[in-house]
Amino acid sequence: MKREGTNTTIAAIATAYGESGIGIVRMSGDQALEIFSGLFRAPSGRPADDSNIEPRRMMYGWIVDPATGNKLDEALGVYMKAPHSYTAEDVVEIQCHGSIVSLRRILEACLAAGARPAAPGEFTQRAFLNGRIDLAQAEAVIDLICARTDAGFDAAFAQSEGVLSDRVNALRDAMLDLLVLVEANLDYPEEDIEEISYDQLEDRLQQINDELLQLLAYAREGKMIREGISVAIAGKPNVGKSSLLNFFVKENRAIVTEIPGTTRDTIEEQVSLSGIPVKLTDTAGIRESDDYVEQLGIERSKEAFARSDLILFLADASVPLSKEDEDLCGLLRGLHCIVLLNKSDLPAVIGEADIERLLPDAKILSTSLTEGIGLDLLEQTLVEWITGGKVRRREDVLLTNIRHIDLVRLAEAEIKEALAIAQSGEAMDFAAFHLRQACDCLGEITGLTIDADMLERIFSQFCLGK
Amino acid sequence: MEVKRMGQFDIVVIGAGHAGCEAGLAAARMGKRTLVLSMNLEAVAYLFCNPSIGGTGKGHLVREIDALGGQMGLAIDKTFIQSKMLNTAKGPAVHSLRAQADKIAYHQEMKRVLENQENLFLKQGEVVDIDMDQEEGVRGVILKTGVYYGAKAVIVATGTFLKSMIFIGDAAYRSGPNGLSSSDELAEKLVERGIGLRRFKTGTPARVLSKSLDYTKMIPQYGDEDIVPFSFMNEHLSCDQVPCHLAYTNERTHAVIRENAHRSALYGGMITGVGARYCPSIEDKVVRFADKERHQIFVEPESLTTDEMYLQGLSSSLPEDVQEAFYKTIEGMEHLEIVRPAYAIEYECIDPLDIRINLEHRRFNNLFCAGQFNGTSGYEEAAAQGLVAGINAVRKLDGKPPFVIDRSEGYIGVLIDDLVTKGTNEPYRIMTSRAEYRLVLRQDNADERLTQKGYDAGLVTEERYERFKKIKAEAEAERARLSAKEVTPSSINDYLCAHGSAPLNSRVTLAELMKRPEITYDMLAEIDPERPALSRHAIDKVQVQIKYEGYISKQLAQIQRFKRLEEQKLDPDLDYLSMEGIRIEARQKLHDHRPVSIGQASRISGVSPADINVLLVYLEKKRRSLREEA
Repeated sequence: MKREGTNTTIAAIATAYGESGIGIVRMSGDQALEIFSGLFRAPSGRPADDSNIEPRRMMYGWIVDPATGNKLDEALGVYMKAPHSYTAEDVVEIQCHGSIVSLRRILEACLAAGARPAAPGEFTQRAFLNGRIDLAQAEAVIDLICARTDAGFDAAFAQSEGVLSDRVNALRDAMLDLLVLVEANLDYPEEDIEEISYDQLEDRLQQINDELLQLLAYAREGKMIREGISVAIAGKPNVGKSSLLNFFVKENRAIVTEIPGTTRDTIEEQVSLSGIPVKLTDTAGIRESDDYVEQLGIERSKEAFARSDLILFLADASVPLSKEDEDLCGLLRGLHCIVLLNKSDLPAVIGEADIERLLPDAKILSTSLTEGIGLDLLEQTLVEWITGGKVRRREDVLLTNIRHIDLVRLAEAEIKEALAIAQSGEAMDFAAFHLRQACDCLGEITGLTIDADMLERIFSQFCLGK
Repeated sequence: MEVKRMGQFDIVVIGAGHAGCEAGLAAARMGKRTLVLSMNLEAVAYLFCNPSIGGTGKGHLVREIDALGGQMGLAIDKTFIQSKMLNTAKGPAVHSLRAQADKIAYHQEMKRVLENQENLFLKQGEVVDIDMDQEEGVRGVILKTGVYYGAKAVIVATGTFLKSMIFIGDAAYRSGPNGLSSSDELAEKLVERGIGLRRFKTGTPARVLSKSLDYTKMIPQYGDEDIVPFSFMNEHLSCDQVPCHLAYTNERTHAVIRENAHRSALYGGMITGVGARYCPSIEDKVVRFADKERHQIFVEPESLTTDEMYLQGLSSSLPEDVQEAFYKTIEGMEHLEIVRPAYAIEYECIDPLDIRINLEHRRFNNLFCAGQFNGTSGYEEAAAQGLVAGINAVRKLDGKPPFVIDRSEGYIGVLIDDLVTKGTNEPYRIMTSRAEYRLVLRQDNADERLTQKGYDAGLVTEERYERFKKIKAEAEAERARLSAKEVTPSSINDYLCAHGSAPLNSRVTLAELMKRPEITYDMLAEIDPERPALSRHAIDKVQVQIKYEGYISKQLAQIQRFKRLEEQKLDPDLDYLSMEGIRIEARQKLHDHRPVSIGQASRISGVSPADINVLLVYLEKKRRSLREEA
């Protein structure tokens, strides 16, 4: 069905700025086809019209300046008829050479012919407003635009394809089914209908709860994939912290020196480990110092530990543990730690047992940064730690959006409360109350309930209201 | 025929069923000269189907009608012959009062009240036309006898009488319920004048003689010993309650029905009206739930002054001979004697999407609609609408804003909002699950929710208002006392052990003790000698408020959120059709509906959350541009 009315046609360069082989200019709106027809010429010189345009079929030809007839670029055009397009409106995409000059000239021709420039996210906004994609999908597209790593891109992509929506809707359905049963019992006390027992209620709630927990288990991983994890490097001066950072960064941005105390401040680097963004923070050595700058560095180190998801603690395996090492371990106790017994190329003076005494829960590896020993294992250990050792399948739903995670967590809390009621035999009505709340939480992910506050937050991410 | 002008009224009510009675009483009590017309005065407030009032959701409605100053609660309290609080184990919000009514006494009581009501004139007469047009609205009504009564407002409450047809097997004939005439001319005139009508269907089981039944083969169902009144005006009620009886269909019953299903009017394709899914006939149940081995039947007395019994669960449109055959297969009914056969009935009603939130027709000024005419089912649903239509007709004539109960204030609000916002495709019945804020919409607090509103509207009497304030104050004081009064472990542990409740380690207040599921207010009497004598309504309130405080406050927080959307009012002149980004279907729906608020808009079927988003964006844009201009 073609949308009637006054949908202005928007146009934008759809591919990333910069030199590349192919670039795309996209238009969406009632006039998209008309504008395209005015700009396109087949190799024979014939303009595009109803007789030779077929939806979803590539056409080869030239884009011309309609005023002068000058050829702007050689191009492929494809028309996607409403509602079978990304925005559910008429969409035309023009593929041309990827040079910025070429793309700009074609975009300008589209604008001259009546389109207006699309605001950031406006194609997605239209897709959402036209009911083409639901809220979860729309938000995922924003994630996609903002995704900084390959794995983040995959998760965002899976969500935008509706994997999250499907999973959430299926769970919500299961909740609704149960709710309907409970409600029927409440509304028809004297009817001869299946009376739901507390045991049945408990079983079904337990199943739902398990699924919610599974979804949440992916959330931790999802958050790391989207936002990355933060890793602090700790150790006394000259133990090899800067070398470790350099190993990850693979370029000499932190200064490596024999003089203790050179790395006075914390240094941060962003790296990608198996597609997961990792923020590495090199901390200054912890030691008693009169030097004001050094003291500042120590304070920052402590703060950096507290903010980090994981700490890589370097100890010099070739010398006995010093008081500084022991003090550092004191600060690290209770935090997630991987200990590197570095300088394994030199004769070992301390071993794993010495570290275990100080940090009983830490994972311990032996490395030599100067010789490059044990670094593959370090990378592998890090990736395993981040992903929880699981091999993730492409179709696993990764919850990466904070709002989604919160809502699933809320739903899970409601189901827990309902479970408690089922177990204690409290009035069924209260179980219904919690079930309803849980349904609403999940419905909010895919936009099945309305909350003006939520909308405000979402629409502040879309460029709206001008 | 010559039309003869016989009088002028402020408000004329067409129909004296449950909607018409409440509408007429409300209008008259608010000072309007009101005429209530019924085709047959023997049918005033007649219970055409089951002889009972209340039940889940419906009991809540009766309490709300009472809290607003309506009559239904008072009338049933005077005429009940059995009373029961349902769902007592399932949570306070679903506690539902249901009473067996003596339907003859109920009719007489209501008729008496109407006859004695100042400003109210009750007359027998069939309205055949409403004098009205779309410019001026209503001017009066014309009766079959040619009499013309002038009216500033008219309330249509025609129940199941409009162009109704009775179906019993292959017999189909023009008739109203229970042998009364149907009202055909009015239906035709309404259509001529531009009121769209549609057909709904309902049905009722046979009435049988009690003496022909063998109750020893059935399970007696007794009422509660401690009778809870419907009306907040009543404190203690007593009566010699009569039992109902539970019986079951069996395989033989189903066999007879299956063999003859083709003879049912329903399956024979004669009935075109839409029936309710929750009120199926027995043939429907047997066909649709074929694996169910038995269906239950409640045998309920119609009145103390007749031997007739109502067979709840056995409504049917099968031929009389088949009815008799399958009824007789039921244990205890082997020798049953039918005195009135079961029948299905079809009637004309409107699409409630054609009326506004104040129950006024969208196109006809001062034409109000209530009850089954609006597509509902049930006495209580009808009465609730009648009351609201009555109040709103008066307010309209007085130039006052509509009287609206919202979804967080009462089941009446849920009922009316559902009808006028979502519409209905089958006879609409209230259910507690239709209420989003059920934990707050309880029957114990209907007065707290609505009596002030009814008083402000001018319907609640001083007597009721004073009593309401007294009960409220009593409950508040008692709650404060219980929250302050502490007990020590040594003074109470023996008592707790004796009642199977865990002993205390430290001092707690009585209120905290009452939060334990096994402890009730009444139980604590023996260790709480200082307690004041309270009204039972106050005790109910105190108990529920203390025990379920946590849930209630959660729900109140939800209501706050709900109110924010309700309070975002929509200009009635918004040009929805030109709103970019809203789907065409939704634009049309919004254009037709003219919702009063974002909240209401969001409940219109066919309007998706995405459409509401666009609407919110649109309103925000408009606000901003207005601000810039200013």
